Amino acid sequence: MATRTPGRERPNWVAGAVSLAWLAIVVIPIYWIVITSFKTQSTYYATNPLTPPTEPNLDAYRLVIESDFVLYFANSLIVTAGAVIPAVTVSFMAAYAIVRGGNGRFLRSVNWLFLMGLAIPLQATVIPIYLIIIRLSLYDSLLALILPSIAFAIPLSVLILANFIRDVPKELFESMRLDGASEWGTLWRLAFPLTRPAVVTVTVYNALTIWNGFLLPLILTQSPDKRVLPLALWSFQGQYSINVPAVLASVVLTTLPILVLYVVGRRQLLSGLTAGFGK
Amino acid sequence: MSAPPRHGSLAWLAVPALLLFGAFGVVPLVGVLVLSFTSWDGLGDIHFTGLESWAAVLADPGLPHALWVTFLVMAVSWLVQTPASILLGVFLAGHQRYRAVLSVVYFVPLLLSSAAIAITYKALLDPNFGLGAGLGLEILAQDWLGEPALAFGVVIFVVSWQFIPFHSLIYQGGARQIPRSMYEAAELDGAGRIRKFFSITLPQLKYTIVTSSTLMVVGSLTFFDLIFVLTAGGPGDATRVLALDMYKRGFQANLMGPASVIAVILVLVGLALALLLRRLGGGTGSDSRLEGA
Repeated sequence: MATRTPGRERPNWVAGAVSLAWLAIVVIPIYWIVITSFKTQSTYYATNPLTPPTEPNLDAYRLVIESDFVLYFANSLIVTAGAVIPAVTVSFMAAYAIVRGGNGRFLRSVNWLFLMGLAIPLQATVIPIYLIIIRLSLYDSLLALILPSIAFAIPLSVLILANFIRDVPKELFESMRLDGASEWGTLWRLAFPLTRPAVVTVTVYNALTIWNGFLLPLILTQSPDKRVLPLALWSFQGQYSINVPAVLASVVLTTLPILVLYVVGRRQLLSGLTAGFGK
Repeated sequence: MSAPPRHGSLAWLAVPALLLFGAFGVVPLVGVLVLSFTSWDGLGDIHFTGLESWAAVLADPGLPHALWVTFLVMAVSWLVQTPASILLGVFLAGHQRYRAVLSVVYFVPLLLSSAAIAITYKALLDPNFGLGAGLGLEILAQDWLGEPALAFGVVIFVVSWQFIPFHSLIYQGGARQIPRSMYEAAELDGAGRIRKFFSITLPQLKYTIVTSSTLMVVGSLTFFDLIFVLTAGGPGDATRVLALDMYKRGFQANLMGPASVIAVILVLVGLALALLLRRLGGGTGSDSRLEGA
């Protein structure tokens, strides 16, 4: 904490109070989720909600895992990987083209189109998407979730990646060109490695959005074996509404993979997001 | 732009993104306008019915109500989130070690899905078995989701809980780009902390405020998941925002025509707001890159 050394400022009480209040607001629900998920249904109704269980119990987790959790997890994984990898790849190519050849009329309109895509609440297009998916005979398949997810991810990804490609020194592109490298080669061997932090950021951000997506699965799939995690969470809650520990155990299990990623890639994610949006 | 001599040969690189965004972004956008002039139950044939759906929706008192609720959610959640995000972001911009540790915890709500958050709060706020009852605190043991005004407050609180971390992250980035020298100069002039905050930090964060507000305001039009799971628009229709209204008309009442009308209105509101915010932000500094400057 700041102390009263000469030339330093007094402690910032307002900031201190706000930050402590926010800490409590964030931590209490999360703490409650975790401890409750280790209670049994009967101890949940009989104990103080903020006291940890005296005998931690895994029944709730067992019930969730026996309810096809692994299948939903796999579905989420397929949809997320299947959408994020193509989305980031095509976005990177487009961002490269826009930065390197942005004076052309075609690329200027492409850029404009993606920027418009940012201002439009894309959820408003779900009814025609539903129609298109039906007409393509893709209804109730994982591909039905992947295709629109790619499209939704493109505008913001292109914007952030273009911002970073723009920062690559022009001399480097020039020397690649003098060495006779093609644009395709320059893209993958120069621009891609030099903007890796941005690529990681965009990948993680899109993965998070798609992993947590709810509306597209809700309207484009139907059968239990096509469920992704957020949807499974919702139907699980409807099914076991009185078994709060089980519902919260499913919340923990769906968040766990993201939490692991966060712990591993926290610095990259936070600094990338700051740079991507804070510019 | 360094004007490389191969402009033409680059365009094809943008084609895959363009095709995908075209097929599942632009076509549906045009499609929703077309569908708003039809009647369709979601399964059978689509019939053109001209302005019938528009007339039905515009005469329905549910529309002004949904618009009003959407506006309230947008305005109140902006008013709650923006000051809190600025304060937290500026606070976290400091490089002290304990602030770095705090930020790890602060950003955890970013990771949870709206469905998970809504489910958690539904159980946490249960008047009989939730936090209030367990702690014996009358004031927390209210019928949070059963009273219209309380349910609205809960939606605002949960939205803030979910999104303040993201916006404080944006402000943290913005605040770190303010040159130290500006503060040092102000200190020499004897400016106190509050003075520095209002005459340096806030004005310097102008473009960050525009970026964050745009994301917040346009984003608030799509608070579907959270409200759907938390209140399903209730009690009654107290929290029935436009996006929820669209879903209920389309996928529950099987009236895709009127639902498309709502969707078109949603798009128009989003565009109007984005343009307005861009105007307010003074347009096109290189700092507001998100706005496409």
